[in-house]
Amino acid sequence: MNFTFTEDQLMFHDSVKSFLTNEVTAETLRESWESESGRSSELWFQLAELGLTAMTVPEAYGGLGMNELDFILLAEECGYTALPEALVETVLVSTPLLNSLGDDQAEFKELWLSRIATGEVRVAVAHPQNLLVADAHVADLLILANGDEVHAVKPEQVALTKNESVDPSRQLFSVEWTPSSETLIVNEFVGKALWQDALDRGALAVSAQQLGLARKMVDLSVEYTADRKQFGKPIGSFQAVKHLMANVAVQIEFAKSPLYKAAYSVANSLSSRTRDVSHAKLVTTDAALLAAKNGIQAHGAMGYTWEVDLQIFMKSAWAMASSYGSQGFHKQRIKQFVLAGDVFLGAGSTFVQE
Amino acid sequence: MDLSYTDGQNAFREEVRSWLEQNVPEQPLSSFDTEEGFQQHREWEAKLNDGRWGMVTWPEALGGRGCDLIEWLIFEEEYYRSGAPARVNQNGIFLLGPTLMEFGSEEQKARFLPKMATGEEVWAQGWSEPGAGSDMAAIRSKAERVGDHYIINGQKTWSTRAVWADWTFGIFRTDPESSRHKGLTFILVPLDAEGVTVRPIPQLDGLPGFAEIFFDNVKVPVENALGGEGMGWHVAMSTAGFERGLMLRSPARFQETARRLVELYKANKESADIDPTIGDAVMKAWMDAEAYTLNTYMTASRLVQGGKIGAESSTNKIFWSELDQNMHETAMSILGARAELLPHAPAADDVGKWLDGFMFAQAGPIYAGTNEIQRNIIAERMLGMPRA
Repeated sequence: MNFTFTEDQLMFHDSVKSFLTNEVTAETLRESWESESGRSSELWFQLAELGLTAMTVPEAYGGLGMNELDFILLAEECGYTALPEALVETVLVSTPLLNSLGDDQAEFKELWLSRIATGEVRVAVAHPQNLLVADAHVADLLILANGDEVHAVKPEQVALTKNESVDPSRQLFSVEWTPSSETLIVNEFVGKALWQDALDRGALAVSAQQLGLARKMVDLSVEYTADRKQFGKPIGSFQAVKHLMANVAVQIEFAKSPLYKAAYSVANSLSSRTRDVSHAKLVTTDAALLAAKNGIQAHGAMGYTWEVDLQIFMKSAWAMASSYGSQGFHKQRIKQFVLAGDVFLGAGSTFVQE
Repeated sequence: MDLSYTDGQNAFREEVRSWLEQNVPEQPLSSFDTEEGFQQHREWEAKLNDGRWGMVTWPEALGGRGCDLIEWLIFEEEYYRSGAPARVNQNGIFLLGPTLMEFGSEEQKARFLPKMATGEEVWAQGWSEPGAGSDMAAIRSKAERVGDHYIINGQKTWSTRAVWADWTFGIFRTDPESSRHKGLTFILVPLDAEGVTVRPIPQLDGLPGFAEIFFDNVKVPVENALGGEGMGWHVAMSTAGFERGLMLRSPARFQETARRLVELYKANKESADIDPTIGDAVMKAWMDAEAYTLNTYMTASRLVQGGKIGAESSTNKIFWSELDQNMHETAMSILGARAELLPHAPAADDVGKWLDGFMFAQAGPIYAGTNEIQRNIIAERMLGMPRA
C-alpha cells in the first residue's frame, strides 16, 4: 500500500508545469480567441516534442508506453493553465480508444498511433454521451458512433457546424456524416465496451482539468484579495472573504485523492473504476464550480468583467461541467453501486476489488 | 503508487480481526460518561493492552507493536468493523501519548506511558478556560514556581472525561509578566491532588461528559512540566496537530456510519423517498467517507515515507466534522417522526443510536478548534491570505 506518486512522475510534472506556465498565458489564450481556428499547430508540435502526445501510445508505435496515472498530474496542469489544445482528450481518450482496436485493424492502428505520437495528426472522438464534438475542425480523423458501432471518418467525409460555447476557448461542432461499411472499424458488440471505456476515460480527463481549474481560480482570487484594499485593508484579511476561499480549499483537498484513485483504477483496469471515475468527476467538478462562484464573489464587480482573467478559468469550468456525463449521470452510477443488494461497504472496503 | 495491501498487511488484518472476534464484549458497555460505564471501559483498555492491541503504533518496549500508519489504519478499520467499545483514554493515548514521546524525558515516558497504556491512568484534557476558548492564548490559570514545585491556581473548563479521569494535561501561565503565547508551560496534574475540585457539566444527553476543573493552590513537582518551562504553546500546538490530523478521527469510524446510513435508508426506502433529496444525501455520505479514507491513506503514505503533516490538515477537521453532521441529519430525516425518540421509548422501534450520534455530531465543528478557526488557519497558513 503506497498512495504516493513516484519521483519520476513528480519530476515530469514539474517540467511540464513550468513549460505550460511559460507558454500558455492569459495573453496567448486571448490571442487564440481572435484566431480563425482557436488552435496553434506550433504549440501542438511543442507539446509533441516534450513527448506529451506520445504518453499513452505504446512503445511499439513510437510512443512512451505510459499510463493514465503517469499523465494525471500533467492533465491537472493543463486545466490549471486552461490549455486550449485537446491534449488531455488525445492522451486519455483518442489514443486508448485506437489502441484498443483488435488485430484486424493492426495497420490502421499503427498508421494513426505512430503519427499521434509525433504530433503529425490529431484525432477527435465523438462520444455518444456528449452533445457535440470538441476540436473536430482540426482533426485529421474523427472517431464517430453509429449506435454502438465505431466508425473512423476523414475530414472530407463530414460537414461541420460550429456551436459557440460560453467558453471562447471551446471549439464545438455538430457533425453530419453517413456511416458506411468503409468507415466501420468496430462492430456494435465490441463497440459497446469501447464506448463505455472511453466514457470513463473522458470523465477522468474532465476531472483532472476541473481540479486544476479550481486550484487556479483560488490562486487568482487569493492574489486579487491581497491587492484590493477597502476600509484601509486588503479585503483578503476579512474573515468573510477568507472563508469563501477556505471552503474551496477544503473541497479541492478532498477531490485530490479520489482523482488519483480513479487514475490508478483506470490504469490498472480495476473493477471499481466506473464508480471511482464518477466519484472523481463529481467532486472535482463541484470544487471547480464552487471555486468559480466564490472566486467571482471575491473579485466583486471586477470578476464580472471581460478584462479580468478569472473569466478564462471560470468559463472553462462551467463549460466542462457536463462533458462526459452530467453530475446527475455520475450520481446515478454511484447510487447504483452503493444501493445494490449485496455490496461490501464500510471500514476496510475501500481497496477491496470484487 | 500501489493501492493493494501486502501479504504482511493482510496477515496483520487477519490477526486483528480474529483477536477482536474473540474478545469484543457481546453486550455493548454502558456509556463511559457514567461511573459504571467508565469502569467498564477502563477494564476494556486493560484487556486491549494485555493483547498488545492498546496502542499498536507505540514501540514494542512500551507494550505497542511498532506499527506504521498504514497498519494503524488497518487496525482502526477492523476495530470499528467489530463494534468494539469507544476508547475512554483517547485524550491520553492519541493526544498526550505522542506528545510525551516527542517532548518527554526518559523518566517521564517511563512514568506515564505504561500506566496510560493499561488504562490504569485515564487522562482528561485541560485546554479551555472560561476566558480562553477559541482564543487559547488568553489563558490565565497560573503555575507559580516555588522551589521544586509549581503552585497552580485558576480554572479549566470543557475538560472531556475529567469527571472520572485520574490526570489532566494543559497549559498554564508560569511567567506572571507574560502575555499571549509566551510564558506558558505544559503541565501534567493529578486530579486527586489537594486543592483540585472537579465540577461535572451535564452535556446535551444529560450525562457529565465534561467538567470544570478548579485549582486552588495545587502543588505539583516541576518534573511534571513537559517540554520545558515557557515552551507550553509550542508543545500544545503539537498536541493539537495530532488531534486535528490523523490520530483522533480515523476514517473507519465515518465509513461505518455511512454504511449504517445506507442500511437505514434501504430499510426505510419507501417512506424516506417522499423527500427525493435523501437518496442523494445517502450517496454523498458514502462518497465523502470514501474521500476521507483515501485522503488519510494518501497522508499516511506520505508520512511513512518521511513527509510531514502541513497546514492542509486543518481541512481534515472541517471535512470529517461536517460529514458527521450531514450523515446524522440525513438519518434523522429518514427516521422522520421517530427521530426524536430515545431508543427505549415504546414507539421507537429500531431507531438505534442515531439520536445520540446526531447530538454528538453537533459538537464536532466546535471542539478541537472550531471550524471557523480552522478556516482562518487554512486561509492564512495554507493559502497565504493576509492576517486580520
